[in-house]
Amino acid sequence: MIDFIIEHAVVWPVAVPITAAALAAMFWLRQDIQRLVSMVGLVLMLGASLLLLVTVMQDGVQARQFGSWAAPFGISFAADLLSAAMVMITGVLAVAVGVFGLADIRKREEHSGFHPLFLGMLTSVNGAFLTGDIFNLYVWFEIMLITAMGLLVLGKTRAQLDGTLKYAVLNLFSTLLFLLAVAILYGATGSLNMADLSRILATTEPSAALTLSAALFLAGFGIKAGYFPLFFWLPASYHTASITISAIFAGLLTKVGVYACFRVFTLMFEIEGSGLREAMVVIAAGTMLFGVFGAAVQWDVRRILSFHIVSQIGYMLLGLAIATPLAIAGAVFYIVHHIIVKANLFLVAGAIYRATGTYDLRKSGGLMRTNPLLAALFLIPAISLAGLPPLSGFWAKFLVIDASFQGGENWLAAVALFVGVLTLYSMSKIWIEAFWKAPPGVRQTARPVPVLMLLPIAALGAITVTIGLSPEPFIQYAQAAAETLVNPEAYIVAVLGESAGPGVEIAFDPATASPIIIEESVQ
Amino acid sequence: MSSIIFSAMARLFFWAMLAVSIFILYRGHDEPGGGFVGGLVAACSVAILALADGVPSARGMIRVHPVILVGIGLVLAIVSGLPGLVLDASFLTHQWLEFPNGFKLGTTMIFDLGVYLVVFGGFLSLVFRLYEEVS
Repeated sequence: MIDFIIEHAVVWPVAVPITAAALAAMFWLRQDIQRLVSMVGLVLMLGASLLLLVTVMQDGVQARQFGSWAAPFGISFAADLLSAAMVMITGVLAVAVGVFGLADIRKREEHSGFHPLFLGMLTSVNGAFLTGDIFNLYVWFEIMLITAMGLLVLGKTRAQLDGTLKYAVLNLFSTLLFLLAVAILYGATGSLNMADLSRILATTEPSAALTLSAALFLAGFGIKAGYFPLFFWLPASYHTASITISAIFAGLLTKVGVYACFRVFTLMFEIEGSGLREAMVVIAAGTMLFGVFGAAVQWDVRRILSFHIVSQIGYMLLGLAIATPLAIAGAVFYIVHHIIVKANLFLVAGAIYRATGTYDLRKSGGLMRTNPLLAALFLIPAISLAGLPPLSGFWAKFLVIDASFQGGENWLAAVALFVGVLTLYSMSKIWIEAFWKAPPGVRQTARPVPVLMLLPIAALGAITVTIGLSPEPFIQYAQAAAETLVNPEAYIVAVLGESAGPGVEIAFDPATASPIIIEESVQ
Repeated sequence: MSSIIFSAMARLFFWAMLAVSIFILYRGHDEPGGGFVGGLVAACSVAILALADGVPSARGMIRVHPVILVGIGLVLAIVSGLPGLVLDASFLTHQWLEFPNGFKLGTTMIFDLGVYLVVFGGFLSLVFRLYEEVS
């Protein structure tokens, strides 16, 4: 039984939440049962992610074929160190946000289907992290888009409809570009399996079609991830949703786009020598700068944080653009750090709202005196986001900036440092306005913040502190993950099997519906 | 808008289309058809009823909330993959039961029934909401 569970470790992180989503939908009229199903599902999903992480760390890349259709014809699921880390962090965040939601999500929103949609969204996020098939990735993106739109309009307010429209238009456009890229790539190579594509593209001459496909991938994922200059939909829509939903969006959804970029531009396309690198460098710098400038003029906590998502995404892209193993390791570390910190800040924003009744910084204040615990819990992710030692953000920024110096991109390192200073400005603005200054209104007493809100904030803060104080194992993990990304042989072998090295031709036998190897590799 | 003729015909069409949808579902394995198309036809049959007699009456006809059907369908689809996982060590590898007279029954049927219910329920929740806004 245990062996069976471990053997299919790569299936559970998707199978568990989708089953929970289905069960939650089955109990549509019973919100109490839905809540129970949701909580049990989230905890089991966390367990499944932990199992996958341990299995991948011990036994290397895990791969599975669905329906016994052998790769590259069937749909493969594969998990390397990066996928496993992303799934793990999704599991942690899902539980934290789920618990926060118990205190924050209103009855009305539960009635509109919060639980099935939330679990469905987590399914698609994990699916996107684990799939080894580029078209299947597109399908997960679509499911993510549909469930995310459902979550955005849960409150049925005018502002939410407006935000959702912006979200839908830009994201539909992005998935369209992605689909176009997949179609061109399929036309040029005849395969959709990412490991197979990696094998084929390594020996294919560069052509206009492939360059176009790569550019479309970058644009499609770029919109999803919030890259400059197509990030404006993000701050326009994220703050309209309920704060629980904003937190999980802020933590995960853009990072799925970033992850897809990492997967495609390390496994399939070369960044070096294709002109992609120059484009990425400009986009990364633009993303960092415009995000942080946008945040500087905002007064709504959620909008400040939304713009900071954009700015932080730039650091991750910076790592990918420099493309040395060191830089990619830095970016992987950055993603993990950022997901926890950013979601945590949104949760703190929700707690500030609960205490003061407003998201507008000008109208809030005095929390330092009335709620010192919350003030302390805000400082951890805020300082970490700004990149001050000794918290996780310092190491993340240090790794990426160090890699840019070593990669000879001094001006990018300077931009990154400058953006760090401006981030500190934004965080101190929230600190001064919401916590430090005296409240402007007549109401002097803040409402108490429920324990169910403080608990996840404290837990995520504890993770941030842990990463900050003992970064060594996390950095080693990130370096190992970067190593498997830069040299994807292990990934390819795990998906396609040992026999499928270069020189093996695989044909499709229609009678038995299984692939047969025609010609053994000629060495 | 209520018309006796439309209402009477709708009832007729409802049963006819439901029967056809099940035929399409069954036929779908080797020939054109299947759960998706079947589910759409089934949803159309209820939609006609909703047009003729109003949404409350159509909701009463199918008794359960459409989203519950989606949930049941999704569970069926997941369950249909489990035998493959246990017997063949790969999720969604479909298993077949062959009878002596050549009749075959497989877990794909359960999967297709799941798809049928998901499409049926999903499309209906859309249709009901849209018709309710109008009336």
